[in-house]
Order: sequence, then C-alpha cells, then structure tokens
Amino acid sequence: MQSLYLAIPLASLFGAIIAGLFGKQIGRGASHWVTSLGVATSFILSLVVLKDVVIDGAAIYNESVYTWMVSDGIKFEVGFLIDSLTALMMTVVTAVSLMVHIYTIGYMSEDPGYQRFFSYISLFTFSMLMLVMSNNFLQLFFGWEAVGLVSYLLIGFWFKKETAIFANMKAFLVNRVGDFGFLLGIACILMFTGSLDYYEVFNKADVLSSSTIEIFEGEPWSVITVACILLFIGAMGKSAQVPLHVWLPDSMEGPTPISALIHAATMVTAGIFMVSRMSPLFELSEVALSFVMIIGAITAFFMGLIGIVQNDIKRVVAYSTLSQLGYMTVALGASAYSVAIFHLMTHAFFKALLFLAAGAVIIAMHHEQDMRKMGGLKKYLPITYWVSLIGTLALIGFPGTSGYFSKDAIIEAVHHSELPGASFAYVMVLLGVFVTAFYSFRLFFMVFHGEERMDQHTKDHLHEPPAVVWVPLVLLAIPSAIIGWLTVDSIVFGSYFDNVLLTLREHDVVAAMKEFYHGEFSFVLHGFSGPAVYLAAAGAISAWFIYLKKPSIADAAQQKLSFIHKLLDQKYYFDRFNDIVFAGGSKVIGSIFWRIGDGIIIDGIAVNGSARVVGWFSQKIRNIQTGYLNHYAFVMVSGLILLLGWAVLG
Amino acid sequence: MTLALNHYLVLAAILFSFSIAGIIINRKNLIVLLMSIELMLLAVNLNFIAFSHFLNDLAGQVFVFFILTVAAAEAAIGLAILIVLFRNKQTINMADINEMKG
Amino acid sequence: MIESLVFYFFAAITIVSAGAVITARNPVHAALSLVLTFFSSAFIWMLLEAEFLAITLVLVYVGAVMVLFLFVVMMLDINIARIREGFIKFLPVGIALALIMFGLIYYVVSGDQFSLESMAAPVAKAADYSNTKELGMVLYTEYVFAFEIAAVILLVAIIAAISLTLRRRPGTRYQNPSEQMKVQKQDRLRIVKMEAEKK
Repeated sequence: MQSLYLAIPLASLFGAIIAGLFGKQIGRGASHWVTSLGVATSFILSLVVLKDVVIDGAAIYNESVYTWMVSDGIKFEVGFLIDSLTALMMTVVTAVSLMVHIYTIGYMSEDPGYQRFFSYISLFTFSMLMLVMSNNFLQLFFGWEAVGLVSYLLIGFWFKKETAIFANMKAFLVNRVGDFGFLLGIACILMFTGSLDYYEVFNKADVLSSSTIEIFEGEPWSVITVACILLFIGAMGKSAQVPLHVWLPDSMEGPTPISALIHAATMVTAGIFMVSRMSPLFELSEVALSFVMIIGAITAFFMGLIGIVQNDIKRVVAYSTLSQLGYMTVALGASAYSVAIFHLMTHAFFKALLFLAAGAVIIAMHHEQDMRKMGGLKKYLPITYWVSLIGTLALIGFPGTSGYFSKDAIIEAVHHSELPGASFAYVMVLLGVFVTAFYSFRLFFMVFHGEERMDQHTKDHLHEPPAVVWVPLVLLAIPSAIIGWLTVDSIVFGSYFDNVLLTLREHDVVAAMKEFYHGEFSFVLHGFSGPAVYLAAAGAISAWFIYLKKPSIADAAQQKLSFIHKLLDQKYYFDRFNDIVFAGGSKVIGSIFWRIGDGIIIDGIAVNGSARVVGWFSQKIRNIQTGYLNHYAFVMVSGLILLLGWAVLG
Repeated sequence: MTLALNHYLVLAAILFSFSIAGIIINRKNLIVLLMSIELMLLAVNLNFIAFSHFLNDLAGQVFVFFILTVAAAEAAIGLAILIVLFRNKQTINMADINEMKG
Repeated sequence: MIESLVFYFFAAITIVSAGAVITARNPVHAALSLVLTFFSSAFIWMLLEAEFLAITLVLVYVGAVMVLFLFVVMMLDINIARIREGFIKFLPVGIALALIMFGLIYYVVSGDQFSLESMAAPVAKAADYSNTKELGMVLYTEYVFAFEIAAVILLVAIIAAISLTLRRRPGTRYQNPSEQMKVQKQDRLRIVKMEAEKK
C-alpha cells in the first residue's frame, strides 16, 4: 500500500519536473499531456484510496516513509497518515486540479509560458498532496511553505506586469506573517511534547492543556491556548481570515485557472484542513475556539459586503471566497469540524466552477474583466450560462444544492454552540446569507442578463469557448449540484469522521443537530422553517430589482451612501493601513539601518574611519623618521640607557 | 695597591662613555663617528680581557680574538660605504644626508 | 706597586687620547689619537697577561684598520670649516648622556662583586708561559668552528668592500680570459675567394 500512497504525490511531481525542466524541448503538447496524465494518475489512485478507506473500511494508515534525521530525540520524518479526512482531501484536490489542467489547455493556449504554467500547477498538486497526507508537523510545514511558494510563482506568472509582481509579493509577505505564527505554534508544541508526530502529540495533549507558559513575566498562559492560537494564525494567513486576508483579492492578478485551483478550492482550504486535523488540540481550549469563531464570523460578513461594490468579475468571486472561508472557520470554532470539511468540499466544487466560468466569460470577452462592460451574455454563451446558474444557486444555498446542505449545517451548528461569541457569529452568518445572495445574483444579472454593454467588435466575436474549456465546467457543475445530497448523511451526521476528528461532549453541536436530523429530504424541508432560505431569497430578489429592473437605484444609493461606498471600496482601509504602517514602517527602519547603520556607522566609522585613523596616525609618526643619522643614534643610545637604567636600578 | 677587577672595569666604562659622547657630538664628521665605534669596541675588549685574567679562563681572550676580526671587517665595509656615499654626495656632513626621511 | 703605577700611567694616556679622538678638529688628528689609544691599550692588555692579543691589537688594528682609516681620511676632500659648526650645540647633551651612561655602569661595576675579596688577584704565570701557545691550543680545538666562520666573515668583508667601491673606467683595455677561450675560428678568419689577377 505504501507504494500506492507514494505514487500519488510523486506522479504529479514527475509531471511537474518534466514540464518544468524539459518544457522547451518536448513542446507544448507533450507538456500538457505529461502533467495532465500525472495528475490524472494521482486522481485515480486517490479514488482507489477513497474506496479503500470509505467503502472497504481500511484501518488508518500511519507510517513513516523516510526518516530525514533524528536530533536530540526528535524525529524529522516524511510520513503518511491516510484516514477518511486525508482521503477526502486528496480526492478533492486531485479532482479540481485535473479539471483545471484540462481547462488550462484551452485557457492558456496562446500564452508563451504554457509549459511553465503546467509545471507549476502540477507542482502545486504535489505540494498540496504532501500537506494533506502528512503525519507530522514538519511535512505539514513543508507542504504549507511549498504551496505558498507555488502560489507566489503563479500569482506573478505574468511577471512583466507590475501589478502582478506587487500582488505576488503581497501574498508571500502576508503569508509569511501567518507562517511565523504557525512556526511558533509548532515550536510551542514541540517544546512541551518533544515530538512532531501527530499521534504522539495528540496522546500528550493533556500535558499541553495542563502546562502554562510565561511569555510575559509573571503572566502564565495556558500552553494549549497559546499553541492553538498560534497555529490558527498560520491558518489565518493561508486561509485569508481578517486581518491577513489582504492578499487574496490581489491574487486575482494571476491567470483564472489558478484562481480556481489555489485561491478557491485547495490552498486556501489548507488552513481549514489543518485546524480540523488538530481538533484533538483545539477542543481542549475554549479560548482558542472562541477566537477562531469570532474571526471567522467577522470575515464571513464584512468581506461579503466588499463584494457588493466590486466591478471586476474575478474580484467579486474572490471576496465571495473570503466570505465562504469565514463560514468554514466559524464552523471550526463551533467545534463542527465535519461540517467545516463538508463545506470545504462543496465549496471547492462550486467555487472552482464559478471561477472557471468567469474565466470562460473573460476569454469570450477577449480578456475584458469589467462587469460594467458585459451584459446579456446568456444568448451567446449558453453552456456557461447554465453552469454558472448552478454554481450561483449552490453558493447562495438554494435548497437541494450541495451548498445548501453545507451552509445550512454551519448555520445550525453555530446556532447550537454555546461558546462565548456564538450569538454574534450566528447573527453574522445569517446576515452573510443575505449579502452572499445579493452579490452573487448581482454578478449573475450584470453579466448574463440586461442590456448588452459591450462594443460591437467584441459582440461579433462572442462565442462559446472550446470543449476543452466547457467540459470541465460541466464536470464541476455535477458535484456542485448533487454531492451535498449524496454525502451529507455519512460525512456530517454519519460515522465518516469517527476516530479522525475529535469533539468533546460539551462542545458537540453536531450531536445536538443530529437529534433534529431525519434524512436529507427532511433537512431540506427543515431549512424552510429557519430564516436562512428567506434571507437568501430576499437577497436574490433585491439584486434582481436593483440591477435589472431599476439600475438607477444603484447609482442613487452609491451617491447617498457615499461614505459607506468609500469604506467598502477602500476595503475598510486595510490596504492603506498596511501600506503606511507596516510597509512604510519597514522601509523607514530599513532606510535607517542602511543609511545610518551601514553607511555611517559601519562604512564611515568602522571601515573608512579606521583607515583614516591609521592614515592620520602614520602622518604623525612619520615625522620621527628625520633621515638624520645622528638623531637615530641619539634615540638608540637614549633607549639603551633607559633600558640599562631600568635593569640596574629597578 | 693591588689592582682589582674594578679598576679595569671602570677604565673600560670611561672609554665606553667617551665613545657615546663621541657619537652624539660628532654631527658633522662621519669618519669620527666610525672611530668612536672603534673606541666602543676597544672598551669591550678591555672588559673581556680583564675578566679572562681574573677568572683564569681563556674563553675571554678567544672572544676578543673574534671581536677583533669582526671589528676589522666592519671597519672595512663601513669605510667602503663612506667612500661610495662621498662619491655620490660630495660631503660627509650628516646634516646633508637626510634623503631617507619618512 | 709598580704594577699599579704602570696601570695608572697608561690608563691616563688612554683616556686623554680617547678624549682627543672625539674632540679633534682635524680628522687626521683624530685618527692619530686613536692610534695612540690603541697603543696604550695594548700595554694594559700586556699587564693583564694577554700578550698575544696585545700584539695582535697593534698589528691588526693599528697596522691595518687605522691605516685604512687614514687612507680614507686623506682621500676624501673634506671641508674643515663646515665641520666645526654645531659642535657647541650638541656638547651638553652628549656630555650628559655620557655621564649618565658612565654613572650606570660605574654603579654596577664598582661594587663588591668585582673587588679583591670576591675575585682574588690571580697568581702571575710562570716565565715560560706562552700565551700564544695556550690560545692556539684552545682556538684550534674547541673554537675551530668559530675560527672558520671568522675567516668567512673576512672573505665577505673583502668582497663587499671591493664590490661597493669598484669603478670601471670606460675605455680602459683589459683582458677577459673567458671570452678569449670562447673564440671560434670563424669569428677571426674569413676566407675570400678571388680571381687570380693577370699580370
């Protein structure tokens, strides 16, 4: 079995290496074949593993593959932990990656960096697989950093574009802040448990919860809270929670396929995955759980609001992703880990679908991304229209779609939670439903309905993109529609995550929800008795009214509420703040170190200064060399007499 | 009175200090400088011979033998240098020879 | 008694002529005074039963080195008037230093360690005592290595002195034996074939 598990990431890596190093020699066709086949192999083998774990009920596989080194009793290994959570993540990652590979053949067909792109997305697949299959913190961190690196490479794929470079630096630096917290968390855990292996740490979790650490003198903090919050800071960076969310909208500078792959379905979910994996630890700290929930709630609602005023089609979907990540985080905070993973899976499908559909619209519009120049595309792009509708309905949580099951489960879970901040979170996620529906249908109506605002030249060239582009869309639309119905029973309310995700009895909201659960259909009906469905409907109808019926309302609102509009347009001034305080501050500090520390102190005083002192000194000393023999003789004799005097008399 | 070692040593000391004075006073004449050095060597030789006599050890005299040899050699070379210097500078006045100043 | 008289007499001569060496106006006078100093020193060395060395001092030092000095003094064309300048300026310093030096050495030398109680006056040697023979016995056995090196030093001195002062006058003819040996027939002889002249 181990060779099967090894083959999964290595197949993608192989494709990445071939396309990356030999891309020019083998040409574009061979590059996309070798990478797509590599990822397809990973996908099929992941399905085999899924079948093995879920259907055949294999035992949890937790083995070390390679011991890198042993230092001071700590083992640094490469190992695999294959259980139901891993199998699910592997399948989702490879499935979305395969769809994106096929889609890219059409989307990037005219790009000069074709082979490089394929190499990068295969490399990403490898990194993400190593992350989710890991059985220890070191490999987790390796995968974490590797996906961050590939994300940087892909956001700045069109490296000659200045905005792309700004965006990829921003992504990397903000991620770094998160990674710093993550590393501190791992160090904290290592310090108190002496091991990096998951199961060893989980077994020693009671040591963590009973110890305290004094970070500031005289103030002991519970180690488990500190470690969990630090780990979550890593998740905040990777999964773009407030305030480390600023990189995700800028990451839309990268090509649309990677927005779908990385910034919707997989990399940003790494944080969610990590917190779920660490559920035995998080359960022991209510402070950490509350923190997680509140941050998630803030992200869910406030990021959605920004999506309302965006005009770039990809930015709207980006803020939607931010908001949905907030939902997943809220679920984690409410100890409904299975619900969070469930939403992760459904969101991966419908968000990737929405991104790829947006990409299809962009290609059809000859790389025009401004929604104000679109409209009425329904009759030109029928397939794209229908799959986008499915995706949008899933996103707003239309009863019956997969998004409905996962979103409603989250709302229910938060409702049942009794942690401090739960009621705030409940209000936020409910209001978020309205906002989500509003901006989703705003996008839908502005792009596909209404008057056609594009110029004649573009209109003549509007046609459905080639099959290699719309087939993945259809393939993603299918699970967006039905996978919720099919799997909610086992994943959320069933025994899918038994022995994998731990929930303590006092936090167990899923158990509370289970009492009201009587099957999928009743869950759908149950939705009509809660406020969520009506809020979603209200959002959709408002969007229809404002953007289709009376567009003038939108302009009037923008003028009347210009203060709010400005606030949202400037993204709550997070970017301005970071620019001035952190970026500007770092530049000032750097400048001080450069000009004063390096220039004046080291170069001027130490290096040049010492040379100057030597020069000055030798100028003074050289006057001793007068050139007169009698002076020399005199000095010699005097010195001799002095020495003699000291020897004789002293 | 019987001569003790002290007498001879004091005589040598007097000669030595004369030579030191000679080195410092004679700014103008390089030849006299060289002669003062010969005086110094003479004083040292006297010391050695006195000790050799009073300690009844021939080693002192052997050493004087060699000092004479080396002094002769040194005088010869010193004078050769002086001659070449005079050829180039036409003077043996130390005040005029200061081109090696720093 | 006689001994100490002789000693004091020759010591006085030595000191006076040494003073003359360093204060003489004319360098020739200085050289001759140095000769006198050496002579009287030789007498004192005889008193100390170092006969061989006393004679050597006269023969080698006076006979060779001082003659050399005199040669050089005569050879160099010295401007006497300029020599006397600045004499007075340095006199006090020189005297002061000399006095300090003498004071230091006197302090060490005139102590009890070197007086008659610690080092008794040695017994005079027998009449047939040959200082030369004794010196030779020691020199060629124990100190033969130093002896050879002294010879080398003298060789070096000769070579150095010659090479420093050697002047080649352009235009003088001289023989170069190594060149003479290297000559070939074709450098000297060239046969030219000519038609025999009629008549």
